Amino acid sequence: MDKHVLLRDLDIPDIRELAVYQANDGYAAWRKALTGMKPDEVMGVVKDSGLRGRGGAGFPAGLKWSFLPKDIFPKYVVVNGDESEAGTFKDHQLIENNPHQVIEGVALCAYAVQAGTAYIYLRGEFYEPARPLQKAIDEAYAAGLLGQNILGSGYSLDIHIHLGAGAYICGEETALLESLEGKLGQPRLRPPFPAVQGLYAKPTVINNIETLANVPPIVLNGAQWYRQYGTEKSPGTKIFCVSGRVNRPGNYELPLGQYTIRQLIEMSGGTIDGCPVKGVLPAGSSAPILPVSALDTRLDYESVQAAGSILGSASFVILDDSVDIVWAARKMVRFFRHESCGKCTPCREGTFWALRLYDKIVGGHGSSHDIDMLADVANGMANKCFCLLGEFATSPILSTLKHFRPEYEQFVREHQNGLPNTYGDQLIRDHAISVAGGSVVEVAY
Amino acid sequence: MIKEKRASDVEKILAKYPSKRSAVMPLLYLAQEEYGYCNDAAIREVAELTALDPTEVKSVVGFYTMFFEEKTGTYVVEVCDDLPCALRGADAFVRHCEHKLGVRAGETTPDGKFTLRTVMCIAACDRAPVAQVNREYHYSLTPESFDKLVDDLK
Repeated sequence: MDKHVLLRDLDIPDIRELAVYQANDGYAAWRKALTGMKPDEVMGVVKDSGLRGRGGAGFPAGLKWSFLPKDIFPKYVVVNGDESEAGTFKDHQLIENNPHQVIEGVALCAYAVQAGTAYIYLRGEFYEPARPLQKAIDEAYAAGLLGQNILGSGYSLDIHIHLGAGAYICGEETALLESLEGKLGQPRLRPPFPAVQGLYAKPTVINNIETLANVPPIVLNGAQWYRQYGTEKSPGTKIFCVSGRVNRPGNYELPLGQYTIRQLIEMSGGTIDGCPVKGVLPAGSSAPILPVSALDTRLDYESVQAAGSILGSASFVILDDSVDIVWAARKMVRFFRHESCGKCTPCREGTFWALRLYDKIVGGHGSSHDIDMLADVANGMANKCFCLLGEFATSPILSTLKHFRPEYEQFVREHQNGLPNTYGDQLIRDHAISVAGGSVVEVAY
Repeated sequence: MIKEKRASDVEKILAKYPSKRSAVMPLLYLAQEEYGYCNDAAIREVAELTALDPTEVKSVVGFYTMFFEEKTGTYVVEVCDDLPCALRGADAFVRHCEHKLGVRAGETTPDGKFTLRTVMCIAACDRAPVAQVNREYHYSLTPESFDKLVDDLK
């Protein structure tokens, strides 16, 4: 790609400034829509582009918008900037370095569904990156691009930022709505779907920040232009977040389906010290780990799924041979144990007991029986949880057992009498903290 | 207290939402800034402003990790030790932070200056190890840069 579609700050460093953004086609799509396109036409272009949700589910965005009933008002646009999947940091870069494109995308979405208010829900830890985004919103208001009767069109729109406060579950769209309504961030039963009864029980579109950042160039250049990138079923470009054991971790924007996982690792500078790859998590802790045999999988939704995982938010965490797989799986399970919202029993209890088992194994007190029990716990959760968080929590357990069971067996064999290695105290202490709510206590098995 | 001291902020926050209840989290952040943490007085005040029962506000405080139920140090140092950061040495880095501050993660220094916490992924894995001090990011930390950061705040 000669020019970025989303990470335009890499080509134009000052694009966060309104004047620079406008000098580079900024708000041209917004002007085009407001002065010459009906809301349905905007929706139509996005539908035709085949843009799929970039938050994880990959659901076609235009289709999602079309589910809103036409005759019920007010409608809302809610932007998911919770970005809490381990290994994901793309929205962080977008709001910090290319905020106007995000705002323009939100505005076009709101116009297409005729919403008068949009809320951008950012994770609480984005307190600092929220500042350039808020500055950009203020500039857009001052320039008459937001607010009342925008550009004389008769259409009015307000955009507000709302900060979460540290809860992974709020990335689940109905939990996000609960949180935005001032309640505990716990998922809602569906139906009704948010498109019909979302925020304040009104029709609501919820899209990820990256999804909406795609909309301005689509509306400006057309669906066919967008489809020059990517594949038939996965059109467009996607930001791939690469982290872990590579030399140049970072965000890489690529056309979907054009490159393989192996090439992505090469672009990221290869592994540290050239150590062989052990496994790849394509969507952070939530995605089943892919073994080395899957490195030639193409980077699109269908190919990654066919390989046995999910593309999700495309947060690639690279593990090399220096990584102990039991240790890595425990880290991921600890994450889900910490983030389980407590609403449903399989997730609340399952993540608790799974972490206990990992602590027992890593603490040097595990046996082959405990490895079997890990699989039992995960299978006891699978397909029984209220939302995807609990389902995702089984991924690190079941997928590492599937591909690396011999490593588990070796681990329990070699650590029979307590853990002599370097990270032991840290692991045991993590557990003690999670049990005692912050104070360090001795844990006996 | 925030009603008087931060009156215009409170007004702005309440005006953003059609429902007062939606203002509970932004108001809790304000209250936390003013009271130091979400103590009973802070909770009662936010409850009054949002027309909620104090127990409902308390449950929100308890659910989210960024609202503090106990007094913290002046500076809350939060170091990520989740998998992507840990793959780049975050566990050893946390031990360094503990050593430097003389407390274990979860504790506050005796002079009340620093609270050290470990946190789950904070969306900056490309610049690990990473920490936030009072919600401001510090990227690509080294033991040396962490020591300097702490010394500058002392």
